[in-house]
Amino acid sequence: MADGDANAREEDHEVEGGTEGEAPAIPSDEVAAALVERFPDGVFAESHGQPVVYVPLGEWHDVAAFLRDEQEFTQCVDVTGVDLLVAPSRALPEGVTGERFEVVANFLSHARNRRIRVIAQVPVDDPTIASITDLYPGVNFAERETYDLYGVEFAGHPDLARILMPDDWVGHPLRKDDAPARVPVTFKGDPSPR
Amino acid sequence: MTTEPKNSVDELVEVDDTDLLERAELDHDPEERRLEAQTDEGAQQLRPLAGESRTKELVLTGGPWPDVDDTMILNMGPQHPSTHGVLRIMMELDGETVLRAKPVIGYLHTGMEKTGEELTYVQGSTNVTRMDYASPLSNELVFSLAVEKLLDLELPERATWIRMLLVELNRMSSHLLFQATNGMDLGAVSMMIYGWREREYTLRLLETITGLRMNHNFIRPGGVAADLPDDWQHDVLELCEQVERGVAEYDTLLSENPIWRERTVGVGVITTQEALALNATGPILRSTGFAWDLRKAQPYLAYDDVDFDVIYTTNGDVFDRYQIRLYEILESIKIVRQCVEHMPGGDYRVQDRKVTPPPRARIDESMEALIHHFKLFTEGFRVPAGETYVAVESPRGEIGCYLVSDGTAKPARLHIRGPSFYNLQSMDAMVPGGMFADAVAVVSSIDPIMGEVDR
Repeated sequence: MADGDANAREEDHEVEGGTEGEAPAIPSDEVAAALVERFPDGVFAESHGQPVVYVPLGEWHDVAAFLRDEQEFTQCVDVTGVDLLVAPSRALPEGVTGERFEVVANFLSHARNRRIRVIAQVPVDDPTIASITDLYPGVNFAERETYDLYGVEFAGHPDLARILMPDDWVGHPLRKDDAPARVPVTFKGDPSPR
Repeated sequence: MTTEPKNSVDELVEVDDTDLLERAELDHDPEERRLEAQTDEGAQQLRPLAGESRTKELVLTGGPWPDVDDTMILNMGPQHPSTHGVLRIMMELDGETVLRAKPVIGYLHTGMEKTGEELTYVQGSTNVTRMDYASPLSNELVFSLAVEKLLDLELPERATWIRMLLVELNRMSSHLLFQATNGMDLGAVSMMIYGWREREYTLRLLETITGLRMNHNFIRPGGVAADLPDDWQHDVLELCEQVERGVAEYDTLLSENPIWRERTVGVGVITTQEALALNATGPILRSTGFAWDLRKAQPYLAYDDVDFDVIYTTNGDVFDRYQIRLYEILESIKIVRQCVEHMPGGDYRVQDRKVTPPPRARIDESMEALIHHFKLFTEGFRVPAGETYVAVESPRGEIGCYLVSDGTAKPARLHIRGPSFYNLQSMDAMVPGGMFADAVAVVSSIDPIMGEVDR
């Protein structure tokens, strides 16, 4: 099943890359199709039956606006990040250049009862992405959490403060190179005060 | 109800007539001022809507205390009996009216998502079950479903039905806990005893099935940990009767009780638009007249095959959220009864030695079984690279699991979308403009579980 999907995806992209100028293969999902048509740099990939669109970093806000205003996506149920430092050779669809961070947003349309996932690649040297709190105020906490745990900055967020970690915390704990906190422990062999 | 501090502008001018700029700022409309105050104030601060504090100036300049309605910043929690754990709320009060409320969270942050990256998929459910500790089985379920989605695993029918039975029993216990704490928060202390009593019956049953009262670690990738015990039907049906009796009692005790209604009806109102915009799900969204339940809208497990109703009301107040949760207990009982009736036979987990351990007896007689057992519990199983998002309806709303696998035995990313985390934001729409005492009622009606908020 998984292999079948992967093969199908490769074929799609062969067509896209091979025949220059022709329209790329139309995604099986109607929203994703509309999205890719509007934002030609977006790349569609099906992940276990769920529609996923990889969009360029710069179009993040426009894509959210498009989904909300033209596709009836009433909620952005979740925004989160992924650090792919140790998995650089991950399976990305062709046409997407992997960066260290991914910001992932899951959109839900109640009226059409469907979901779509939008993923942007965020480079580590300038981890900044547009905030969509002006479109979906409900992702306020989620963007703060992503900032707190990954250090990805959301430009335009009204109050991008830490949310789970203390204000004076140094570092972003969910980054792969941020080791889980080590608390100094007194071992048996240590010289004791007595 | 006005959110504008009375006389503030005029009085301010009398006290300090130089600061015309501040006066101009105060002339903004309340919504604009609210947004302005929120901008870049930081997680632990609350910038007053009524401008920077004039108290300091009054103290510095001396003279008689003018008759101004200055606002007060009040901090509630993180150690407060009605904040359900370690929720801290900062509120700006004008007399007894709340102008702004801001949740400050993170006091129970234990890095569970980071821990999840260190544990194998076999161990993962012990971790996620501790997030929403009032409905641990929903967490285990959503995690297991996500792993199974990445594995493309088809479950035996019995495993699916056992899961549904357990999750519904858990929904009952979670809503009973809500009835208890909600009653206590609003002063109906006897309600706390009753709610706790029925919840304990439910937990006792869950204990006989799973071995643990809470944090069951029973729903695992590949099925459930064990088959149902002998004579489980009898115990389950008996519980259903007990809880039904209890729900009828609560209904008599509270629903028509004038004191209870006084305290809850019309309090903490939220509209559908606000609830959707603020990402509220579950009973909060349903209380606004929006009948959205993932069990019906996007069925998972075997919810297609059982008959139940989505409870929704239209007023969006504290009373409605209380009632929705009360009647959802009855709907869960309906589903549980159907599970008893239709429980299919067969296996309670997939017999795939790469995912589930061999039966204990086989280990003594088969070398291969021993190897499988050893490998599974030391290394775990590998999950093909990929990513997925799975959402189910927990008692609190949409709980989602975003899982990224890099092809190893440990997830590259395990993210849980906790409904309480998002639901807390809807406080923004419910608390301002109301009385301070009603803020307690609103927080209680959100029913946040801090373990899930902070993860």
